[in-house]
Amino acid sequence: MQEHIVIIGNGISGVTAARHIRKMSDKKITIVSAETDYFFSRTALMYIYMGHMKFEHTQPYENWFWKKNRIELKKGYVKQIETKTKTLHFAEGDILQYDKLIIATGSKPNKFGWPGQDFDGVMGMYHKQDLENLEKYAPNNKICKHAVIVGGGLIGIELAEMLNSRNIPVTFLVREDSFWNGVLPSGESEMINRHIKNHHIDLRLSTNLKEIKADENSKVKSVIIQETGEEILCDVVGLTAGVSPNINFLKDSEIETGRGVKVNRFLETNITDVYAIGDCAEQHEAIGNRRPIEAVWYTGRMMGETVAQTICGNKIEYKPGYWFNSAKFLDIEYQTYGWVFGERGRPEYEKHFHWKHKDDTKCITVAYHKDTNKFLGINTFGIRMRHETFDTWLTEERDVDYVMNHLSDANFDPEFYSHFEVEILSSYNKQFQTV
Amino acid sequence: MSLAKPDAIDITNKQKIALALGIVGLFIMALALFNTNFPDVGLFLTLALGLISIGTIIYSREAYLSKLEGIKNDGVWFKSISSRGVWGWIVGVILTAFYIVLYFFPKHLGLGTNGTENTGLISLFDPLSNLLSGRPASQWFVYGTLYTIAILAFGYKFIVKYRHNRYQQIRTVSVMFFQLAFAFLIPEFMYVMNNDLPYYDLKSIWPLNYYIFDQWSVKAFLSNGTIGLSLLLFGIISIFVITPILTYKFGKRWYCSWVCGCGGLAETAGDSFRQLSSKKLSAWKLERWLIHAVLVFSVVMTTAMVYTYLGYSKNDFWLTRGLFISLIIGFLTLIFTGVMFFKRKELGKDAKMGAIGFFATIALLLIMHFTSTIDHLFYIKGSALRSAYGLYIGSIFSGVIGTGFYPILGSRAWCRFGCPMAAILGFQQRLFSKFRITTNGGQCISCGNCSTYCEMGIDVRAYAQKGENIVRSSCVGCGICSAVCPRGVLKLENDSMEGRINPTEVLLGNDIDLMDLVNKK
Ligand SMILES: Cc1cc2nc3c(=O)[nH]c(=O)nc-3n(C[C@H](O)[C@H](O)[C@H](O)COP(=O)(O)OP(=O)(O)OC[C@H]3O[C@@H](n4cnc5c(N)ncnc54)[C@H](O)[C@@H]3O)c2cc1C
Ligand code: SF4
Ligand code: SF4
Repeated sequence: MQEHIVIIGNGISGVTAARHIRKMSDKKITIVSAETDYFFSRTALMYIYMGHMKFEHTQPYENWFWKKNRIELKKGYVKQIETKTKTLHFAEGDILQYDKLIIATGSKPNKFGWPGQDFDGVMGMYHKQDLENLEKYAPNNKICKHAVIVGGGLIGIELAEMLNSRNIPVTFLVREDSFWNGVLPSGESEMINRHIKNHHIDLRLSTNLKEIKADENSKVKSVIIQETGEEILCDVVGLTAGVSPNINFLKDSEIETGRGVKVNRFLETNITDVYAIGDCAEQHEAIGNRRPIEAVWYTGRMMGETVAQTICGNKIEYKPGYWFNSAKFLDIEYQTYGWVFGERGRPEYEKHFHWKHKDDTKCITVAYHKDTNKFLGINTFGIRMRHETFDTWLTEERDVDYVMNHLSDANFDPEFYSHFEVEILSSYNKQFQTV
Repeated sequence: MSLAKPDAIDITNKQKIALALGIVGLFIMALALFNTNFPDVGLFLTLALGLISIGTIIYSREAYLSKLEGIKNDGVWFKSISSRGVWGWIVGVILTAFYIVLYFFPKHLGLGTNGTENTGLISLFDPLSNLLSGRPASQWFVYGTLYTIAILAFGYKFIVKYRHNRYQQIRTVSVMFFQLAFAFLIPEFMYVMNNDLPYYDLKSIWPLNYYIFDQWSVKAFLSNGTIGLSLLLFGIISIFVITPILTYKFGKRWYCSWVCGCGGLAETAGDSFRQLSSKKLSAWKLERWLIHAVLVFSVVMTTAMVYTYLGYSKNDFWLTRGLFISLIIGFLTLIFTGVMFFKRKELGKDAKMGAIGFFATIALLLIMHFTSTIDHLFYIKGSALRSAYGLYIGSIFSGVIGTGFYPILGSRAWCRFGCPMAAILGFQQRLFSKFRITTNGGQCISCGNCSTYCEMGIDVRAYAQKGENIVRSSCVGCGICSAVCPRGVLKLENDSMEGRINPTEVLLGNDIDLMDLVNKK
């Protein structure tokens, strides 16, 4: 009998692991999910609501792919894991035996115990079911005359863009005094504030939610703001104040959990033959500047690539390379390579050079070490940059002068776009008086 | 068929007015079609074309300029017209019907036969045709005018839609220019200068221009002195010199989405339908068989066409049938062995396909040579064969299916499944070109926008999410995948041949040792 690998979760991390295990071995593979029959791209949820794509377009593999690669799919919710007998118990009543188990159950939206957070019309934006819920409560601006979004992160702004695409007026409550400035340096964060407002989204900074009120059918009717006591009438409330690991079902198991499933550098849990990857995994100790829980697409994929090696006998540590990420704030694309910190948590040695285009939709921030001038990382808005080039520069430990003088090598914008490297360099030289 | 969510996105009042203007323009044409006698034909023609253009312009300004710059695909899959809904089917049926009438029953459009005057729709276009070339309109003139108007008006729409993207704007100006100047105006002027020359759209290259080597065409060129001879030579140079050089430097996009008229229409009027192309693996398989079959067919047919008017004896003309066939076979063999020898690796699994295509062509040519008589090829009369070939490529595929089915099969069905030119350019692009779409390391989030909006049905995401460059013979380099990608993952570029095709297993961003280990192979 072939060893049976069971993966809970058909997101990017679980599916990547399955694909790589299949490439390297003949093991029996089963992917379990309670959400959808087939893998889809969570990052594309917004485009379905906006009408850019249909759900089927968000599925990276055609339906025959799984059978052809002998990856079994099981739809069901795992209620309990019995690690002694290596058995999964499903909410539907059936069971499944595994030889090795990979937990890749992703995240769930945070709810901070706000009064009224469970009323109808209040929703997160994570699972496909959330999208269906939104379609139900906000199909157009006649049924949903106004929406309130609570929490200014990447998912919050996506939700704002979604509602905007159907001409539903949005009030966007953000706890911080500038959008996402826990992560972004102030120049960038402020540019995004203005961009949000240019889209006629009612951005409220330094504003907290006090409670959510409902009508007699327990359907949301308004929210109350903490600071001013103002009541904002609305038909939908989106809760997008971050996510946390989706691991409640592990409570009674012997698998060690903290905020997420605790894993070592080999992505192993405290129980032999049980691994955890993706959004739900929590490193005992953070790797470099990374957070112990990394809830992004790319890290999920990398953990999947890594754990597959270990499971197929080539035991290997999870050793992610240089940090990178990207996002899109309405019409402005954002990419980052290496580390650039916002005001919060910025190491004392990290200094920034910031340049912004006069049209207020493009800017870059370059971080460097104040003593050694070593290049630490870059944030770019409205200008595409080449991942490979920055990866090389970080490996070669280039200094900031070198990077600034060679910025055009890293440009990844489409052909015929205006280039700003000359302007950026002269602004850099002016600021630092280097010749 | 569904109206999906018809109420999700409304059009504004201004757009309704614009729509009404356009419809009035079309209505004037419909009246002409039913033989309404206009007091001043020129005025009504101007009115019809003007209203359609102005309607399109106002509509698109309202749709795009009222919003900030950026990707404008909101509601594409909710609108009936762009999601194979009721309107999509209605428009598809109307367009198809128009093509059928145009190709097979032009007299219903009012074409005067045997010297009688035009009536109906065609007569509406007489004033413009008289103005340009001093002769009454034909059904082709009507079609050419409408075609050009469509490219210009919808080209404008496209430019406004992509006002943040210079690549899109410049190439659209390019197709608009080539259509207006090369396909529409210059041939008319050439007629005025010398009315014995065959209609020649300089940018239309064999095998797209399937009749250039036809007997009447070659005769007409040759009987027109230096000008005719140079045009014919230009046609030959286009195929053997200009095309390979430009494709080597820029990929087939220089033609397919910068110059070509079919491509021009697909990119402008067809833009609303690009997302309808099938991305299934099965569609790709079909595509590869069809397009290569078409290529074999058009090589054989073109050879056959020339063959029919060559003789057997050296005394009539130095190029005899036997010599001609030998030259063609020699040339094809040279290319085939060269590719198999130098490009075997890049060809990969497609080597088999290439071999089948090659041997099929050679076999057909030999069969033709040894079974032909003076005026029969493949046991069919030469002239019948020629017109059948013209009918097949010119009308049924490129017109009726290619354009009529826009709202059903997407805007590039012809380019993808039927165009022999695309096959040749694609072959060059795949093996002898610096063009590729570079994937930006590990940045892809598999969202699927690129694949959805690829009009050629290429599953771009399948490459991007593996960190692999896109090197596909069918890619026309429209650049839309790169434009719609929300993470800046794709860049069309011309770079060195080395590392152009780069399959990877583990993406950039992960452990360097692991990447080395797994990607080496
Ligand atoms: C709207 C949105 C936009 C995003 N955009 C980006 C982006 O642009 N870039 C980026 O890097 N990241 C983005 N993310 C984050 C990214 O999507 C996640 O990091 C990634 O999907 C996590 O993958 P995963 O495989 O760990 O888990 P998931 O994709 O969450 O998959 C876990 C699956 O397991 C199932 N499951 C959970 N528990 C059980 C159980 N007990 N039994 C059975 N099945 C179970 C879940 O239903 C789910 O289907 C976005 C997230 C959202 C919600
Ligand atoms: S559009 Fe971009 S991010 Fe989305 S699948 Fe394509 S390449 Fe990846
Ligand atoms: S791959 Fe991209 S550039 Fe090529 S045809 Fe498709 S959308 Fe256009």
